[in-house]
Amino acid sequence: MTLLWIPLLSLLGSIISSMTGKLSRNQSTTLSLIMPIIALFMCVNMAPAVFAGEEIRETISWLPLLGINIAFRLDGLALLFVFMILAIGILVIFYARYYLSKNDSMPKLYSYLMLFMTAMLGIVMSNNVIQLWFFWELTSISSFLLISYWWYKSEARKGALMALTITGGGGLALLAGLLILGNIVGSYNLDIILASKEVIQASQWYEVSLILILLGAFTKSAQFPFHFWLPHAMAAPTPVSAYLHSATMVKAGIFLLARFYPVLAGTDLWFFIVSITGLTTLLFGAYVALFKHDLKGLLAYSTISHLGLITLLFGLNTDLATVAAIFHIINHATFKASLFMATGIIDHETGTRDMRKINGMWKFMPYTATLAMVAAASMAGVPLLNGFLSKEMFFAETLHQQLLGSLSWVIPVLATVAAAFSVAYSARFIHDVFFNGDPIDLPKQPHEPPRYMRVPIEILVALCLIVGIFPNFVVDDILVSASHAVLGGYVPEFKVALWHGFNLPLLMSAFAVMGGILIYTQRRYLFLFQASLPTVNAKKSFDNAIYVLIKWSQQKINAIENGSLQRYLMLMFLVVLLAAGWPLFEMNKLVGAKELTPIGLHNALGAALLMIGAISTVIWYRTRMVSLLMISVVGLMVSVAFTRFSAPDLALTQLTVEVVTIVLLMLALFFLPQHSPRESSSMRILRDLGISSALGIVIGSICYAIITRPFESISDFFVANSKTGGGGTNVVNVILVDFRGFDTLGEICVLGIAALGIYKLLGNLPLFMPGSDSEGRPWAKERYPVLLASISQSLLPLALLVSFYIFLRGHNLPGGGFIAGLITAIAFILQYIAHGSNWIAVRLTINYRKIIGSGLAIALFTGIGSWFFDKPFMTTWFDYFDIPFIGEIELASALLFDLGVYITVVGATLMILASLGELTANTPKEEVNI
Amino acid sequence: MLDTVILIVFAMIGISLLLNVWRLLVGPSVPDRILALDTMYINSIALIILYGINMGTELYFEAALLIAMLGFVSTVAVCKYLLRGDIIE
Repeated sequence: MTLLWIPLLSLLGSIISSMTGKLSRNQSTTLSLIMPIIALFMCVNMAPAVFAGEEIRETISWLPLLGINIAFRLDGLALLFVFMILAIGILVIFYARYYLSKNDSMPKLYSYLMLFMTAMLGIVMSNNVIQLWFFWELTSISSFLLISYWWYKSEARKGALMALTITGGGGLALLAGLLILGNIVGSYNLDIILASKEVIQASQWYEVSLILILLGAFTKSAQFPFHFWLPHAMAAPTPVSAYLHSATMVKAGIFLLARFYPVLAGTDLWFFIVSITGLTTLLFGAYVALFKHDLKGLLAYSTISHLGLITLLFGLNTDLATVAAIFHIINHATFKASLFMATGIIDHETGTRDMRKINGMWKFMPYTATLAMVAAASMAGVPLLNGFLSKEMFFAETLHQQLLGSLSWVIPVLATVAAAFSVAYSARFIHDVFFNGDPIDLPKQPHEPPRYMRVPIEILVALCLIVGIFPNFVVDDILVSASHAVLGGYVPEFKVALWHGFNLPLLMSAFAVMGGILIYTQRRYLFLFQASLPTVNAKKSFDNAIYVLIKWSQQKINAIENGSLQRYLMLMFLVVLLAAGWPLFEMNKLVGAKELTPIGLHNALGAALLMIGAISTVIWYRTRMVSLLMISVVGLMVSVAFTRFSAPDLALTQLTVEVVTIVLLMLALFFLPQHSPRESSSMRILRDLGISSALGIVIGSICYAIITRPFESISDFFVANSKTGGGGTNVVNVILVDFRGFDTLGEICVLGIAALGIYKLLGNLPLFMPGSDSEGRPWAKERYPVLLASISQSLLPLALLVSFYIFLRGHNLPGGGFIAGLITAIAFILQYIAHGSNWIAVRLTINYRKIIGSGLAIALFTGIGSWFFDKPFMTTWFDYFDIPFIGEIELASALLFDLGVYITVVGATLMILASLGELTANTPKEEVNI
Repeated sequence: MLDTVILIVFAMIGISLLLNVWRLLVGPSVPDRILALDTMYINSIALIILYGINMGTELYFEAALLIAMLGFVSTVAVCKYLLRGDIIE
C-alpha cells in the first residue's frame, strides 16, 4: 500500500490546506507542508530498492473486465520525477508563503498546488495508460485553476483558458493515441505495453497512434507550434510558474516521450518528428527569449527552448542522448525553478518585471543577485555548473547522429547557434537586471527580501553547484536507474564529468559563449531588426480562431437543433421506423410458432376501452382538460391490464404514478392556456398521421411477432435465483434492490437531481395567474372545502399504514420502496390540496432537499457497507431470525437500500409538487367579485 | 354456481364500464366527464376483486385497495382545479 500513499498523501494535503482558511499564514504553510514531506520521506525510503533495480508495483482491481485497474509502479524514471515533483513542490510551497500578499488566499493556492502535485504524481507513477491519461487531464484542470489564481485579471483568465484549450486538446489526442495503443497490444497495462515493441511497431496503426501521442506530449511541453500558451500562462503567480511551467507540468510531455521511448522510438517517423520539432523549438525559443522585456517572458521562452533541447535529445536515437536528456531534465528543473523564484523576489521587491526599468539591482540586493546570477550562468552552460555538463553531453550527441544524411552536420551547428542565443539571453538577464546603470522609476524602493524567501533558491542553487562540480556523487544513481527504465534494461557506459579533455563539444561550448557575448553586446542591431518584423499576437489569433470555431459549430447546431420538439419527435420516429421497420420486410411470417390463446370477451372489452381512450385523447387534444380525462382512461386500463396479466407490481406502480401525474398536470395546467391553438396545416396533419400510423403498425407488428414466438430471456435466471440469491420471492423487487441495485441507485440519483433542478428552476418564477376559469366564470369562494379537509386528514394515517405495509412486504410480495414512497407522497399531497401550503408549512417543517439527500445517503452507504465485509460494492446480505411472538422473519440489507429508495421517492415527489404548488402560495390571487 | 355468478357479474361490470365511457365521450360538461372517470375507477375496483375471486388469489387485492384509497385523489385534484384553478393554495 505504500506506493498508493504517495499521491494519496498529496491529495490529503490538498484537502487539509483548503481547510486552513482561518489559521495564520505560518500555520497554514506548516500544515500544508506536512503531507508532501511525509511522502518525500517514503519516497526516499523506497529509493535504495529502486536503485538496486527493483520495480515496485501495486494494483487495485477496479474495472477488471474493461482492463482498467488502479495500478501504480515506481521505476527509476518515475522515482526521478517523484523526487522532483515533491522536492520542488515543498520548496515552492515554502516560497509562496513569502510571495503571496496579505490579500491573496493562501489555502486556495496551496490546495490547488497540491491537487496539481497529486495529478503529476499520478502521471509519473501510473501503470495503466487510461489512469495515466486521467491524471494528465487533472494536471490540465489544476493548472487552469492555478493560472487563473488571480481571477480578476483578464490576462490571467485568458491565459488559463488558452492553456486549458491547448493542453486539453492535446489530452484528447493523447487519449485517442493511448486507446489505439491499448487496442494494438490488447491491454492498457503499461508493463504489457512496454514489453510489446515489435507488435506495436508492426501494426498498421502505429503511425496514427504515434502522432496522436506526440500531439499530447508536444502540446503539454509547449513544443513549436503549440508553444504559445506557455508565455501567456505566465499571468500565474510566480511560485506557480516556478513549479508548473519550469519544473513539472511542462515536463509531463517530456516524461511521456521518455515513458514510451522503449516502444515508440526506433523508427524513422519518431526521429523525424521528434528531432525536427525539438530542434525548431530549441532555436525558436532561444531566439525569441532574447527580445522579451518581461523577466518571466524571457524565462518562459527560455523554458520552451530547453524543452526543445530535451525533445531533440530524445529524437536523436542514441542511448547516450537519452541519458543526456534525462540529465538535462534534472538540471533544467533546478536552475529554472530557482530563476523563477529569483524573478518572483525581484518582482516582489520592485513592483515590476520590465527589464527596461529594473537595472542595477546589485546595489539593492547583492545576495539575491548572486544566487540569480549563478542560476543564470547554469542556464547559459558555464563550467562548474550543472547546466554545463548536460549541454556538453548534448553537443557530443549532436555530433554523433546521422539524421539528415549528408546534411547532418547542420544539427551541431544549429545547436551551437541556439546555445549562443541561450548565453545571450542569460547575459541579458544578468547584466540588464543587476547592472546596467540605475533603476528607472520603479514603483517601489527595492531591498533584500525576507530572509526565508531566499531559502528555496539557496537550496536549488547549491544543487546546481554540487551537481556541477561533483556530478558522480550526486546524480549517478538516479541517472543510471532512470536511464535503465527508459532504455528498457540496458544502460550504456557513460561518464558524467567536468573535464573530458580538449574535444569538439568543448570547442562548441566556447564558441557558444563567445557568440552569445557577441550577440548580447551587438543586441541593438538585432532589436532593430526584430522590431521591423511584423508582430504576431498569439492571443488575438487564438481568440479569433476560437471565435470562428464556436460560430461555425453554433451554425451547425442550429441547423439540426432548431428548438421545435415536433421536429425532433418526427426525426426520431423516422429513424425508429427505418431501423425497426426494415427487418420486418425480411421476415417471412409475422405469427410465430406459439399457440394462440383465446381472446375472451373481457380482454376484448379492455382493449376496446383502451383504444377508445387513446383515440379520444387525440380527438380532444385541443381542449386540454378533456384530453387529460381521456388519457386517464388509458392509464386506468393499462393498470387493469397489468393486473389481468399477472404483473401486480406494475399495476400498483402505474396506479400511483397516474395519481401523481394528474396532480402534476393540474398544477401546471393552471399556468398554461386551456386550449391548444390550431397550428398545423392540413398537409402537415396528413404527414404526421402517416408517420404515426406507420410507426404504430411497425411497433404493433414487432410486439405481435415477439409474443407469438418462444422467447428465451434473462428473466428465467432471475426467477430461479431470486430466493436463493436475493432472499426474496418477489422477483421484481429483488431485481430492483439486489440484482440491479446499482441501476436503481443511479435512477434515484437522477430523480433527486431532477427534483433539485425543478426546485431551482421554479424559484422566483414570475407567473401569470388567471383570475377566472377559461369560460370567464369567477373562481369559487371556498378555498378549503370542509368535507375534503376532514376526509383527507383522516386518510393520512391510513395511507401511511398502507405504505408501510407495502414497503415491508415488498421483498416477497408485490410492493417495495418505490410504490410505498409514491403512496406516502400522494397522502401528503392530498393534505396540500385540502389545507394549502401555509397550513402544511407550520405543521411539517421538513426540508425536502435534506430528505432526498438522506435517502440517497442511506442507499449509498448500504452499498458501501459491504466493503466492511470485504465484499464488492452493494453485495447484499440476508438471514432469517426467530423472534418471539412474531415468528421467523427475514432481515436483508436490501431492505435498508429500499428504505433509501423510499425516502428519496417521497422527498423528490413532494419537492416537485410542493414547489409547483408554492408558486402561488404567497401571491394573493386576483379575486373577481361579482 | 360461483362460476356462473362471476360470469354474470363480469358482464354487468363490462356493460357499466362501457356506459361510463359513453358518458365520458358525450359529456356534455366537464363535471359529467369527471364523474364518468371516477365511476370507471370504482368499477375497476370491482373488476379487479372479481378477477381475484375468479383466480382464487389474493395477489390483486392491493391494487384494488390502492384504487379505493387513492383513486379519488385525482378526482379531488381535478375538481379543485375546476373550482379554484390553483389546486395547492
